[in-house]
Amino acid sequence: MIRLPPKVLLLLGIVACFLLSFAAHSRFLNAYYLDIILGIGINIILAVSLNLINGYTGQFSLGHAGFMAVGAYTAASVTTFWGPAFLRAFGTAKTGGVPVLFLIALCAGGLLAALVGIAVGVPSLRLKGDYLAIVTLGFGEIIRVIFQNIEAVGPSRGMKGIATYTTFFWTYSWVAITIFTVLSLVHSTYGRGFLAVHDDEVAASAMGINTTRYKVTAFIVGAFFAGIAGGLYAHLKTFIAPAGFDFMMSIEIVTIVILGGMGNTPGVIAAAVLLTLLPQGLRVLAGLQIGGHSLRWVAELRMIIYALLIILIMLTRPQGLFSVHGLKPRQAPG
Amino acid sequence: MVAEASAPLLRLDNCTMRFGGLTAVSELTLEIRERELIGLIGPNGAGKTTVFNLITGVYCPTAGTIKFAGETISGMESHQITRRGIARTFQNTRLFPSLTVFDNVRVGLQLHSHSGLAEALWRSARFYHEEEKIEKEALELLEIFNLGRFRHSMARGLPYGDQRRLEIVRALATRPKLLLLDEPAAGMNPTEKSELMKLVQFIQEKFGISILLVEHDMQVVMGICQRVAVLDYGIKIAEDTPAKIRSDPKVCEAYLGEPAQQ
Repeated sequence: MIRLPPKVLLLLGIVACFLLSFAAHSRFLNAYYLDIILGIGINIILAVSLNLINGYTGQFSLGHAGFMAVGAYTAASVTTFWGPAFLRAFGTAKTGGVPVLFLIALCAGGLLAALVGIAVGVPSLRLKGDYLAIVTLGFGEIIRVIFQNIEAVGPSRGMKGIATYTTFFWTYSWVAITIFTVLSLVHSTYGRGFLAVHDDEVAASAMGINTTRYKVTAFIVGAFFAGIAGGLYAHLKTFIAPAGFDFMMSIEIVTIVILGGMGNTPGVIAAAVLLTLLPQGLRVLAGLQIGGHSLRWVAELRMIIYALLIILIMLTRPQGLFSVHGLKPRQAPG
Repeated sequence: MVAEASAPLLRLDNCTMRFGGLTAVSELTLEIRERELIGLIGPNGAGKTTVFNLITGVYCPTAGTIKFAGETISGMESHQITRRGIARTFQNTRLFPSLTVFDNVRVGLQLHSHSGLAEALWRSARFYHEEEKIEKEALELLEIFNLGRFRHSMARGLPYGDQRRLEIVRALATRPKLLLLDEPAAGMNPTEKSELMKLVQFIQEKFGISILLVEHDMQVVMGICQRVAVLDYGIKIAEDTPAKIRSDPKVCEAYLGEPAQQ
């Protein structure tokens, strides 16, 4: 079998996204389903990138929503405040102005989030486990409070009227880039260092691995893609508010990673799909009537179902719902 | 003499390590020359593992300096010291349990790879060439120690003796000039111990490196070491050939207590 190099696969993936984009944005798919499909893509980016930090490198972070907020606000600010001037100068959609503007906005969001990733990563490196989780949680809240107090981005009322630039092509191309990046990193001799840090920091250090550098790298890469996801989210929903990037949002992403299995990218992708569809399924259920009784209460129980899911998984399948890792029988010698 | 004239590979100069009021190692001076096999023994709590942690940068000595190949390494971080050519094993094996046997060795070889993050993403021809080289070297090392057949197994699934051997292979993968073995015979039966003695001698000859062996088991140390240093309460009380150490009254006293008054 011929194995294609990863970068060729990535290119093919992006071309496929471009072609599929025509189908996704045609009249055959109604806006409601498209919204869900794009939501799934954004959650995949968030979960796969968090998996690099929490799963592969074993640094428990509860601040992913914070990085996402940085990306969302930065990208939205670029397109809202600078966009009109840019489009006047370089033309609109037909002449390719919009895609260039959107790419700049997304990358600005991702890069700023990555910078914040360094700012969080470096001081928290002396911390492990619970302590690191608390610090990243605190950081996420600080970010939220900062945006709540910047007058230009409409404090706690949020930013309204952001341009709808997020399409199927943009979302899933970034999904492809995220998966490509995380898998390429992890499946290389260099990238085995992330897993070594996860397994035993003292031993990793004794093997010549600069554990500090690996941890900061994981934070930077993870934060960058969370920022990208934030930018996509802002230009999909056209409205962002600080309350949307609170601690519960971080918990949701962590839930996806745990459900899929720490350090198991295909599992995490499957879990992202499942958990994005879950509230929609519950919504359908809530609309039903059984024997004259309305099931409206189901929709209210989303967070409780989340919590129960985590408890159940931790009890029965701590390695993740879709993980075969650890269950794989040892290969026979020879 | 030739051996005296050549500068030592590793030199601990008056090293002291204090933890609060406790002095774990006191003014220790120790030299290891190239291709030497040195034993470091002492009763429980004598400070043997602390010496290891000082050499490998887990601790920074409270006083004194450590020089390796002419360069001061005290104060450096563990990974920097490993890069300069000192590798170690641990008293309680510390493999990477969720990595395969092969990947455990690959992590050790990682410091000789020139491919970093950018190369891992871009994957030019050079990247594949280097990965191939690393793979080959890892498999060769595993074959030398009869672990090749386990290469796809998870490290945590190996039998205890093989885990200890894998830890040595992983340390050798960093291509050290000095190998530190922390109680490699712990928990082994007499047959395994004699196999281990052969293995340590084999490594020293095959790879031409210096080895510092911390050991509790006298039989192992006396059997293979060229020189033995004895620690007691953090102080070096003797350093000599195994035969002379065996009859040293201070060593017997440290291990068995003072002779009874007659």
